[in-house]
Amino acid sequence: MSTTNSAAANPIPASPIEAAGGGVATYVDQRVGSNKFLGRTLGKVFPDHWSFMLGEIALYSFLVVLLSGVYLTLFYKPSMVEVIYNGSYVPLKGIEMSEAYASTLDISFDVRGGLLIRQMHHWSALIFIAAIAVHMFRVFFTGAFRKPREFNWILGVGLATLALAAGFSGYSLPDDLLSGTGLQIARGIVQSIPIVGTWGAFLLFGSEFPGTDFISRLYGIHILLVPGLILALVSVHLMLVWTQKHTQFPGPGRTNNNVVGYPLMPVYMAKAGGFFFIVFGICTLIAGLVTINPIWLFGPYTPDQVSAGSQPDWYIGWLDGALRIMPNLESYLFGYTISWNILIPAVIMPGIVFTALAFYPFLEAWITGDKREHHLLDRPRNNPTRTGIGVMAITFYGLLWIGGGNDIIATSFNLTINSITWFLRIAVFVLPPIAFLVTKRICLALQRRDRDKLLHGYETGRVLRLPHGEFIEVHETINYKEMAVITSKSDIAPLPAPVKVDADGVANRKYWIQSLRAKLSNFFYADNISKPTAAEIEAAQHHLDHGAALEAPLHAYEDADEIRNAHGGVLHHPGMANTNAEQLAGRSDR
Amino acid sequence: MKFLAARRRQPVVALAMLLFALVAVGGLYAAAGTVRPAEAAGAASSETQVEMGKQLYLEGCSSCHSLQAQGSTAGPTLIGVGAAAVDFQVSTGRMPLAAPGVQSVAGPPKYNEEDTAALAAYVASLAPGPAIPSAEQVDFASADVAEGGVLFRVNCQQCHQAAGQGGALTQGKYAPSLMGATPTQMYEAMVTGPESMPVFSDATLPEEDKKAIMAYVDHLQNASDPGGLSLGRLGPVTEGLFLWTAVFGALIAVAVWIGIKAR
Repeated sequence: MSTTNSAAANPIPASPIEAAGGGVATYVDQRVGSNKFLGRTLGKVFPDHWSFMLGEIALYSFLVVLLSGVYLTLFYKPSMVEVIYNGSYVPLKGIEMSEAYASTLDISFDVRGGLLIRQMHHWSALIFIAAIAVHMFRVFFTGAFRKPREFNWILGVGLATLALAAGFSGYSLPDDLLSGTGLQIARGIVQSIPIVGTWGAFLLFGSEFPGTDFISRLYGIHILLVPGLILALVSVHLMLVWTQKHTQFPGPGRTNNNVVGYPLMPVYMAKAGGFFFIVFGICTLIAGLVTINPIWLFGPYTPDQVSAGSQPDWYIGWLDGALRIMPNLESYLFGYTISWNILIPAVIMPGIVFTALAFYPFLEAWITGDKREHHLLDRPRNNPTRTGIGVMAITFYGLLWIGGGNDIIATSFNLTINSITWFLRIAVFVLPPIAFLVTKRICLALQRRDRDKLLHGYETGRVLRLPHGEFIEVHETINYKEMAVITSKSDIAPLPAPVKVDADGVANRKYWIQSLRAKLSNFFYADNISKPTAAEIEAAQHHLDHGAALEAPLHAYEDADEIRNAHGGVLHHPGMANTNAEQLAGRSDR
Repeated sequence: MKFLAARRRQPVVALAMLLFALVAVGGLYAAAGTVRPAEAAGAASSETQVEMGKQLYLEGCSSCHSLQAQGSTAGPTLIGVGAAAVDFQVSTGRMPLAAPGVQSVAGPPKYNEEDTAALAAYVASLAPGPAIPSAEQVDFASADVAEGGVLFRVNCQQCHQAAGQGGALTQGKYAPSLMGATPTQMYEAMVTGPESMPVFSDATLPEEDKKAIMAYVDHLQNASDPGGLSLGRLGPVTEGLFLWTAVFGALIAVAVWIGIKAR
C-alpha cells in the first residue's frame, strides 16, 4: 500500500516488484481513489475461532452452487413438452418424458462433465443449507444475535428460508418421479390453506396438477429470483458483519469494546482464500465419488406413479416427517373441508417455528430487559435457558427428521413403521422438554464448576500430609486465560415482580404484561449461579496461597534429590521383592 | 507287529477301537445316506419324486400345514398353491419358517434342489396350481428393458422402491429387496403373490411383460452407478446421512484445523 508520497520519501530503494505494485496501486488510486479504502479495509482485524468459519462454508458452497448452476443452465431445458428420449441411457430409451427430464438425463450421460457438475451442484446445495444451519447454531448458542445484531439475525433467518426455497425449487426441476412426488405434496400443502388454498395452487401451477407451466415457472424462481435475493441478502449480511465488527469469544484482553485477532491482510486473506479452495475441493471430491439424486433410476414423472421410500432432501425432511406422523384429522366447516392433517404439520407448525426463530432476539431482549450492546460472546453454559431452548428445538427438529425417514429406518433396523410413528407422536412432545431440562442442568452444573474453579482453584491431585497428621489436596489457581474466560460471565438479575397497586393507590395498568415478563425473566435467570465477587475471589486467593505455602517446603525437599535419597526416600529397591518372597515362603513352611 | 502286540492290553486300546468303530459305522451311514437321494433323482420318475416329496413334506412341513396339506391355525392350506409357490418359498429359504413373525424372512435355503423339486412335485400333485416356469418362460434376453422399466414403475416400485431396494409396509411387514432375486423367483412371486404381494396373473401382466420386468430388474441388479458410490440407492435419506457425517465431519475438521493453525 505504498503511495507515491511514501515511495518518494522512502530512503530505502524499493525492489522492482514493490515498485511495480506501488505503480499499479497509484495508477488505480488516482482514478478510483481506492488506496484510502483499501488501507482501512485490509488492516481490519477479525477474531479467530474455528466456529466463525461455519458461515464461510455456507458462503463458499453457495459460490460453488452458483458456478456449477451456470454450467447447468447451458444444457437444461425448462420445458414440460413431452419428448421421446433418445439419449445414451438405454433403460429409458424410447420412453416418453418431459423435455426437462430428458435434458437432465442428457446432462448426466451425454454432456461432457455434466454428471460431475450436476452432482457438484446438488452436493454443494446440501452443504450450503447444512452450513447455514450449523452457523445459526453457533450464533444462537453464543448469543451473537444480541444487540446490535438483531437485524443480521433476521437477515440470516431470511437467508435460511431462501436457501430452503432454492433447494426445493432445484430439487423439483429435473421432473423425475421423486421430485414430482415432492411437488405433488407441495401442491397439497398449498391447497390445505383454508379459503385461498385452491386459488393459490392454481395460481402457482396454472392448471390442475401437474399441468404444463410449472417447471418453467419454477426455473425462473430457481435461477433468477431466489439466487438474486440470496446474493442481495448475503451482501447486506456481510456488510453488517463488517460495520458492526465480528463478535469474539471471551479471553485475556478481550472486552466488549475491542476486537482481538489478526488483520484481514494477509492473515485472513490467506485463511479465507485457502478455506474457499478446500470447500470447493471437498464439494468436487464428493461430487466425483458419491452419487446424489440418481434421477435415471426414478424415471420420468407421471402423476399415477410413486416409489416406496420417496423422500425430500434432508432440509425438507423434518416437514415431511411432521406430515407423516400427523394423525388423520379433518373437519367439515361451512361446506369446506379443513385438512388439519396437512394444515397443522406443514403450514402452521413451520410458520410458528420460523416466526419464533426470527423474533427470538427481540423476545429475549424484552424478557431480560438487557439493552446493552454485546460484542463479547456468551459461553452457552452462561445462559442455560437459552441453551436449553436451542437444544429443545434441535431435539424437536431431529425427531421430525427421523419421521421423514421412517420407512427407511423401519426396513434398515427391522422395526415397524407404525411403532416408529407412534413413538414419534409422543416423543415430539415429551423429549424436547426433557432435553431442555437436561441441558439446563448441565449448564448450571458447568457454571458451578466454573465458580468452584475461581474460588478453590483446580485440583492438582497432589495430596499432602501436614505435620499434625491432616491430609489435604493441594489446589492451585487456574491460569490467567481460563480466569479471563470464566470471569467474562455477566450476571443478569431476574426482574422483580411488579406491584399491582402503587403506594398512592393507583392501579398498575400494565400489571399483567409486567408480571408475565417478570415470570419469564425468572424462568431465564432465577437459578443462575452468580459469579463470585471480587472480594470472594480475593479471599479465595488467600486460601489458595495458604495451601501453596504449606506445600512449599515439600517442593524444596523434592527438588533436592540427594537429600531425599540420603534420608531413605526411595521406597522400592531391587532387593525388596526378594525379601517379601522370602518372608512369605518362610510363613508357609511353618 | 511286535510293537502292537506288546501294547494290545493297554487301556488306551479299548478307547481307540471304540473310536474306530464309531467312525466306521458313522461314515458308512453317511455314505449310504448321501447316495440315496442321488439315486432317487437319477431314477427321475415323477411318481417316486412325488412319493419322496410327500415323505419330506410329512417330516418338515406337516406340523404347520397339517398332514393332508389342508392347513391349520399355524399355516395356510397348500392345496392348489402349485409348484411355483413351493419352489419360491423353499428356494428363497422362507420355508420352512425359521420363526413365527409378521412375515417369513428370506435366507439360505434349507433344502437342496432335488428335495425342493420333490416337495414342489408333491404339492402340485394335490391340486392344479401355477407351475415352476420353464427356462423359456424366464428367458428375458430379447425383452425390452425400457418397457420393463415402465412396467416396473407402474406395478412394482410402490412397494419394492424405484431401484428395487425394497420398502416398508405396515406393521413391520416389508417388500424385500430384489437385488438377489433370480428370474425364476421373480416369475414365481408374480404368479403366486407371496406374503403381501398381489398376484400378477397372465391376464394382468402377459408373459412378455413379465420378461420385460425381469430384464429391468436384471439391469438394476447388474448396472454400475455412473455417479460413484451408490449409498445403497436409497435416495435422500442416505444422502443426508452421508452429508451430515462424512462431508460435514470433513468440513468442520478443516475449519478446526485452520482455526488452530493461527494460535
